Amino acid sequence: MPVILVTDVLVWLLVAAAAGYAYYCRRHDHLAAPWRRVFASRAAMVSLVVLCAYLAAGLADSLHFRARLESGGPGAPAAYSNEVMSLLDVAVGDLRTRSEKTYSAPFATRLYAKELIELPGGKSVRDYPRLRFGGAHLKTEADRGADVAAKALAALAAAVAVWGALGWALRGFARSRPGVPWRAAWLALGALLALAAPAFALSGGYHVLGTDKVGQDVFYLSLKSIRTSLVIGTLTTLVMLPLGAAVGIMAGYFKGWVDDVIQYAYTTLNSIPAVLLIAASVLMMQVYIDTHPELFPTTAQRADLRLLFLCVILGLTSWTGLARLLRGESLKLRELEYIQAAHAFGVSHARIIGRHILPNVMHIIIISLVMDFSGLVLAEAVLSYVGVGVDPSTTSFGTMINNARLEMAREPMVWWALAAAFWFMFVLVLVANLFADAVRDGFDPRVRVGGGGA
Amino acid sequence: MLSYILRRILYAIPILVGVNLITFALFFVVNTPDDMARMQLGAKRVTPEAIAKWKAERGYDRPLVWNAAAAGTGRLTQTIFFEKSARLFVFDFGAAEDRRDIATEIRARMGPSLALAIPVFLVGLAVNITFALGMAFFRASALDFAGVVLCVAMMSISTLFYIIGGQYLVSKLWHLVPISGYDAGLDAAKFLVLPAAIGVLSGIGSGSRWYRTLFLEEMGKDYVRTARAKGLAETAVLFRHVLKNAMIPILTGAVVVIPLLFMGSLLSESFFGIPGLGSYTIEAIQGQDFAVVRAMVFIGSVLYIAGLLLTDLSYTLVDPRVRLE
Amino acid sequence: MSPHDGISLGVSGLTTWLETAEGPLHAVDGVDLEVRPGECFALVGESGCGKSMTALSVLRLLPEAGHISAGAVHLGGEDLLALPEAAMRAVRGRRIAMIFQEPSTSLNPVLTVGRQIVEVIERHTDVSGDAARAKVLELLAAVGIADGERRFGEYPFQLSGGLKQRVMIAAALAADPDVLVADEPTTALDVTIQAQILDLLKKLQSERGMAVLLISHDLAVVAQMAQRVAVMYAGQIVEVATREAFFRAPQHPYSQMLFAALPAAANRGAPLAVIPGQVPALTQRFRSCRFADRCGLVFERCRTEPPALVPAGLGHAARCHLREAGQAGPRSAGPGAAAVHAAGEPGPLLLEVSGLKVHFPIRRGLLRRVAGHVKAVDGVSFGIREGRTLALVGESGCGKTTAGKALLQLIRPTAGTVRFGGRELTALSRSELRPVRAAMQIVFQDPYASLNPRMRVADILAEGIQALGAAATAAELDRRIDAMLEQVGLPRESRKRYPHEFSGGQRQRIAIARALAVEPRLIVCDEPTSALDVSVQAQILNLLKDLQDRLGLAYLFITHNIAVVGHLAHEVAVMHQGRIVEHGPVGDVLSRPQHAYTRELLASVPEIDAVPER
Repeated sequence: MPVILVTDVLVWLLVAAAAGYAYYCRRHDHLAAPWRRVFASRAAMVSLVVLCAYLAAGLADSLHFRARLESGGPGAPAAYSNEVMSLLDVAVGDLRTRSEKTYSAPFATRLYAKELIELPGGKSVRDYPRLRFGGAHLKTEADRGADVAAKALAALAAAVAVWGALGWALRGFARSRPGVPWRAAWLALGALLALAAPAFALSGGYHVLGTDKVGQDVFYLSLKSIRTSLVIGTLTTLVMLPLGAAVGIMAGYFKGWVDDVIQYAYTTLNSIPAVLLIAASVLMMQVYIDTHPELFPTTAQRADLRLLFLCVILGLTSWTGLARLLRGESLKLRELEYIQAAHAFGVSHARIIGRHILPNVMHIIIISLVMDFSGLVLAEAVLSYVGVGVDPSTTSFGTMINNARLEMAREPMVWWALAAAFWFMFVLVLVANLFADAVRDGFDPRVRVGGGGA
Repeated sequence: MLSYILRRILYAIPILVGVNLITFALFFVVNTPDDMARMQLGAKRVTPEAIAKWKAERGYDRPLVWNAAAAGTGRLTQTIFFEKSARLFVFDFGAAEDRRDIATEIRARMGPSLALAIPVFLVGLAVNITFALGMAFFRASALDFAGVVLCVAMMSISTLFYIIGGQYLVSKLWHLVPISGYDAGLDAAKFLVLPAAIGVLSGIGSGSRWYRTLFLEEMGKDYVRTARAKGLAETAVLFRHVLKNAMIPILTGAVVVIPLLFMGSLLSESFFGIPGLGSYTIEAIQGQDFAVVRAMVFIGSVLYIAGLLLTDLSYTLVDPRVRLE
Repeated sequence: MSPHDGISLGVSGLTTWLETAEGPLHAVDGVDLEVRPGECFALVGESGCGKSMTALSVLRLLPEAGHISAGAVHLGGEDLLALPEAAMRAVRGRRIAMIFQEPSTSLNPVLTVGRQIVEVIERHTDVSGDAARAKVLELLAAVGIADGERRFGEYPFQLSGGLKQRVMIAAALAADPDVLVADEPTTALDVTIQAQILDLLKKLQSERGMAVLLISHDLAVVAQMAQRVAVMYAGQIVEVATREAFFRAPQHPYSQMLFAALPAAANRGAPLAVIPGQVPALTQRFRSCRFADRCGLVFERCRTEPPALVPAGLGHAARCHLREAGQAGPRSAGPGAAAVHAAGEPGPLLLEVSGLKVHFPIRRGLLRRVAGHVKAVDGVSFGIREGRTLALVGESGCGKTTAGKALLQLIRPTAGTVRFGGRELTALSRSELRPVRAAMQIVFQDPYASLNPRMRVADILAEGIQALGAAATAAELDRRIDAMLEQVGLPRESRKRYPHEFSGGQRQRIAIARALAVEPRLIVCDEPTSALDVSVQAQILNLLKDLQDRLGLAYLFITHNIAVVGHLAHEVAVMHQGRIVEHGPVGDVLSRPQHAYTRELLASVPEIDAVPER
């Protein structure tokens, strides 16, 4: 039985919108041209490959359902599990349920903390107990090295085979589209597969990135955090974009009192330090959620709505930057001669904005959309640390860091959860930044050289 | 000039009123004081009496904006709006949940905040400009490319990791400075070195990349070509001509945050246990101390507006086109 | 004797490439030239011919995408291209200096005038401190800046365009260079200022015996300034000659056509010569004459063999196979004043503007009270009759463009009346104006800013028709778009294309077609040709003239170009500081100006046919 979360709907709407935009661009050469410049960049293609991997995890994690329970005979009404699962949970197998008692290091076979263990003879000793799942299939713990190596090599071989086959199969496609650095993309894909395949293969028998305080697999948590980051990075712009665009263009185009009012509004909003405004809004939202429990039937839904509200709040507090940019650009555009010519025809304001201003500020909107993404992913971590981020039950990089941070003081230190969050987040933000740079270079008319001439 | 400054100050008033209305709406209209009381008291202890007591202790038992029961001006003044929001204008912030006076607390915590924020600001500015100038000087070379890549990588790391990593390496592994804490006077230095260094480091990526863009933009301008046509060396072109022009956006961009330095740094202070306004804010948010959050929002806005004013003033100092107009 | 005696600057085989997305562009392709001491050598050509790139190559100041791939630049027996960069810096500003087109952006906005000149002196001489200051004051006086003491401490923004160019010249001369490269030094200036700067350059050159390499697109400026002239086309010099020989009898077909394309009162009424086609792409390698596709005299050999420079008289050469057969005759001075047709019967009054004022408030003080007004247009009255052209002439900032926009109600006038076809426009609301809009349209100056880059040509042309509800059906709309393209001489396939696929001249045709699409009776032409090259300008002027004859359009022609006025207008109104100072039939105003300003303006216009004999 599918479970439809609000953010899932919005995420998929966004995917549909992006697909529609891509289709529209393909049919309009002047819209496709900047994208061609983007895709001609090696950094953009490499980061796009990595981004797509993240996106795949995030989207798989955005299809939720409740599993049918194997109960009753045929004809009996179908019963569904209470647990909301996503496609990703299915894809990673039983990683979700394979919880240990508490911390365990990556590839460990024993727990990180000593416990009283009942020996068969009735006696008990204090020792590190064997893990319930990590390396449980091993006959003796000494086999671990060989087992890991064998599994990793097998996975690697499979990955290389898939990689080679893919390159072979797609080489005609690549050749028919010159000007795109396919080789770089293919190499990036190779590196990605070489990392991912052994990780997934080994995650069946071990906790490749260890487990956290309550024994959850860190690799699984990292994968689950991706969706939260993507949702925050994209849905926020969904709120911010129409608001910032409409308000900014109106201020610049109409000038006069409209501009005065809008400028007043955004100076006022801007003058409140962003973290405090977000914190105040989130606190108030928390009060509201806590005092209206009847509105949120399940925890999943509550956490989801809280995530959505966080996006809305981030959006409402961050539209001012885009609005200011677009105001400046519209102020310039409104004096341009083709807009004066439209006035000379008596074209209506709405039409002038729709046909002349909006298409000519679109590049700014796209640039700021991709530029904001990485900032939002980073902001989520900080806000979750401050305590005004996502719901504690929602897995995110912020909550992962927050939980692991306290174990810094432990001797020896529990480093794996932090390291996992760091690398997953760093790679995501890095490729987002690199891609954003390429988009900016492709779209910003100022960077372009040559062209034109009578 | 004077009338210009006066006009900017007058313009600040409606903005502060706006800020005040926003905070009032957020804290008292979205959720009623009753809701807040229920939340704060927790599910077990919620009784009408407990709520009434909670509200009375904090002065939230009055009507929001219009007290029909009072007489004369009391109808306006004996309200939550007047007592909790309007009184912020005279810097009367009331008391925190722990009954301590917020204004006193803020005064005491300003020092440590500034002790950390000012070095980070000054050193950061100097480091970023130097780094950016270096990249601009070697523009379009491998060195420039490496610099940009490094910047992008550095800005892709969350501040949290800079702090955690710094604490782990410098304090835990190398035992160079205490992991956290604070002391009065010069003894504070040993507690401040690490957070200050981390503050500078975490800002290098985005800061110097932004300045590099500014420098390169200036270097494409006609007057740079003129300077080269005069036979000036590349360093003279860079330092005498480009830097002077690029300093206008850099300085004015930096000036706006100077007053906000008072607010301190949220993350550093809280990680390093520095008793400044940043950690005060975080504690208030985590402890859901609405009175403190409200006070900090208001102070933040006042400082931001002061920053805008300073920016306008700094323009008149560094840009002759504005100064002599 | 060394081969370089008697030559200040010698350029040989200079080849400069620009890296572009389409591959290397041969911006300068084997240029040879010699500038002698005390001589002004002019390099003239249309935009994109490589003249500025030549100048920048000489100083090795190319943009980052450009590099010199071959050739030599000799200055006093030394090859500048062989010098290391550090040694080259000692040459720049000291032995060879340069001034640029845009004085407003070429000076550093945050350094004082004095500082920017002093740094040249300090860089290249041992003079510094007070002595340098004294030297600067001397230089400022030499370039005709009266109160040098005060100007020394001022910033560029406090100076007018003309003064800024004088400062640029002073800085260039500060270290007494042997050669001055002047890249379009007066193009950004008004004609009266241009006359002053040209006089100044001439004076300084003769006083100092300096060699000047003048880069210009303006044949009239060249006629005033140069002793020798070289014409550039598509990266090559196609003709080189003494001034007298060149202006008497240009030998290259391209030069000849440039002259024929110049509008003037003398060739009024007759269509101007146009050069068909466009400059070929410089990314290709040529195996033919670069001008072959556009030349009226082309023959077989032109297509198979690139011509070399062929001598055509003393010190005169042209890159044309025809010159092997002998010199061309002197150019004709045009059909002459006889061709001016007598003004036909004046039609009824179409537009009547009276007492038009546009004032922009200046706000000052605490409450931003209106402290005064910029009187952009201050009581302007004129009328235009059906089918006639009124030229509104003036220098930048005189209010002519504002007046044009105000009568179209694009800027609402502060006072005065605008009656169009008997209807008062100033009181009408935006929606009430709509029906009137079809009858009066506008064509702008900049063909790059006047078309929305995101719209297809068909949509651009349809916009007005749709907004004014002038076409009932889609088929009707289609038919009209095709008709408009045909009117302005563009192929029908243009409709599916975007503006960036067209050249400047073609874009201006699209802009004219857009205005024509709603069947106007009056078109305000706001400097429609001043952003265009001479040969393209000729096409547009011919088109406007032709449309007037066929459709009976009236034009308000806003321009600063007196030659265009003489060629095209029936009446002239001269604007100065927001007012019309003189108004009358074109012949009267241009030949017998009454107002002092008009006289000054006309006297400042450089003229080709007034080449001073010596």
